[in-house]
Amino acid sequence: MNLHEYQSKALLAKFGVPVPKGGVVLAANDIHRVVGEVGGPVWVVKAQIHAGGRGKGGGVKIAKTAADAEKAAQDILGMTLVTHQTGPAGKEVHRVYIEQGANIARELYFAVLLDRATSRVTLMGSTEGGMDIEEVAASTPDKIVRVSIDPITGMQPFHARKMAFALGLKANELKTGVPLMMAAYKAYMECDASLVEINPLCVTKEGNVVALDAKITIDDNALFRQPAINAMRDETEENHAELRAQRASINYVKLDGDIGCLVNGAGLAMATMDLIKHSGGEPANFLDVGGGAPKERVVEAFNIILEDPNVKGILVNIFAGINRCDIIAEGVVAATKEVQMKVPLVVRLEGTNVEEGRRILAESKLSIIAADGLADAAEKIVSATRSAA
Amino acid sequence: MSILIDADTRVIVQGITGAQGTFHTEQALAYGTKVVGGVTPGKGGTKHLGLPVFDTVAEAVEATGATATGIYVPPPFAADAVLEAADAGLELAVCITEGIPVLDMVRVKRALQGARMRMIGPNTAGLITPGACKIGIMPGHIHTPGKVGIVSKSGTLTYEAVEQTTKAGLGQSTCVGIGGDPVNGSPFVDILELFLADPGTEAIIMIGEIGGSFEEEAAAFIRRSRIKKPMAGFIAGATAPPGKRMGHAGAIISGGAGTAEGKKEAMRSAGIAVADSLTNIGSTLVNLMLGRLPPTRSPRPRRRAG
Repeated sequence: MNLHEYQSKALLAKFGVPVPKGGVVLAANDIHRVVGEVGGPVWVVKAQIHAGGRGKGGGVKIAKTAADAEKAAQDILGMTLVTHQTGPAGKEVHRVYIEQGANIARELYFAVLLDRATSRVTLMGSTEGGMDIEEVAASTPDKIVRVSIDPITGMQPFHARKMAFALGLKANELKTGVPLMMAAYKAYMECDASLVEINPLCVTKEGNVVALDAKITIDDNALFRQPAINAMRDETEENHAELRAQRASINYVKLDGDIGCLVNGAGLAMATMDLIKHSGGEPANFLDVGGGAPKERVVEAFNIILEDPNVKGILVNIFAGINRCDIIAEGVVAATKEVQMKVPLVVRLEGTNVEEGRRILAESKLSIIAADGLADAAEKIVSATRSAA
Repeated sequence: MSILIDADTRVIVQGITGAQGTFHTEQALAYGTKVVGGVTPGKGGTKHLGLPVFDTVAEAVEATGATATGIYVPPPFAADAVLEAADAGLELAVCITEGIPVLDMVRVKRALQGARMRMIGPNTAGLITPGACKIGIMPGHIHTPGKVGIVSKSGTLTYEAVEQTTKAGLGQSTCVGIGGDPVNGSPFVDILELFLADPGTEAIIMIGEIGGSFEEEAAAFIRRSRIKKPMAGFIAGATAPPGKRMGHAGAIISGGAGTAEGKKEAMRSAGIAVADSLTNIGSTLVNLMLGRLPPTRSPRPRRRAG
């Protein structure tokens, strides 16, 4: 789960990370009050969306008077922001964050994240602050510093000093820099984050180290023990169909193609998308209906797939282990009747109770195309979708 | 022959009285697995499915002589269950639980460093030595005793490979699901090492997916290994968009790392035959074994003259 910048900063501040004074605007009539509370002499007005590259897209503005700050906030609130991370459709801005400007001397990069190769929490830093860290990693990997944290000790001040010296912090800057890094690590651990990214980490002309931007991602698996953070979820930032799927315990990711897939198992669901592509089609989604799926969940899965107007055909691919082919087949039949399926439907069933499942489909008298094996299924859905289009 | 488990492995089930634990214990017993007891704190002294239930893993081990455990406890308690298993002196823990917080696994992984116990999973379908022992949720009946070792991040893709190797008349020595989480007990390398050393495993299939670097590490390990066995591989997720989690907690391309193409390339360069579609994982291996598809590196060492 992703948090907005203003939410991330509020959390970090609670753990002792210095952040500029700021306030969030949720509606236009908050603007005047928030600009006044933040106070000048310089205001930074920032669109709050779950995507990077806001500055280049016109979602960040600097104002030198209160009137200009109010004007900037009015412009940004409600605008559709297009960045390299939002896709061409962009994202509508529902929240704006206004904060005091800082006297920037240097911009650095600092993050706490999970290093999957070592299975440890790792600090990552770079002197190339304010830039896209993926670009830095690709073009100048030697400018990235990593400090691995042993879970037995947790982060120690020497870890922070190692990072601070590598980032070129001077003696007087360590006084705020080291505690900032320690606090960011504490926030990471206590909030069950999978990423705490401070970019830029700013060294001010006064010698203070401050988080100018912040992004926190929380481990979805840990939300059950982070109720306060779970309550910060902004559902307007999430895809409607993906949210609907989550509520039904279905794993769904929307893609751009026209062949919908209903599969059991994450691995098989990915491989089914690949197979469609391999056979000359384009998958419309990833969908894992999960283990032990009841009939109702199968029906809901069809509804979610068909909510996407691009879908011109559906491939059901089930290798039942804990699932049972007969229950999946009943779900397919019920859904076909309920949603008045107008697109071709190819079904491949294998595994537990497969004979019973195939019998249910055959006796339903519905126009379901039965497939004999995986390759056959992919070819049939691709050709059926093409002729329907 | 097999790896990790065989017909004599004595197994306990942690969380045996829960719905999942009950169902899969019944299945394991029906398959012929030597399940000798279970653990549910607070239910010690009772019987479940005809098996003794204990309050602690240590008691269960002492009373039954078990060496392996299957863990079916809910995510908030799973890390504790794994650590209890290690503390009780078990050799093998198979953690089926999906949804364990990753920071819990970071701690568990560190605690198991240098420990006697090996952990498989979490978020796995488990492992099976066909005809002998099953710790997990896979349907037993699709498996056939045989000579291919299968190691995979995905349950359902393992079933596909099982079916294909069964149809090809090869069967399976042992199938191991390492699980789909970003931090797990045993990455591919650990299992490949066992397969290469097992005389009953004549060929290997490795099934990976996008995210992380377990596949790349496995490829580097295979390239260095002195023991060579015919090996086929498959990677799921070539069409997955970057930055999106595809069902498994670990299946995400982040910062341009962990792509399907990068993994396939690493595997090919290590001499692993990579299937281009999940429909031909089995046939890719068969062709390799019959010498119809030479690997990029010769599997047979050249004989020295004289």
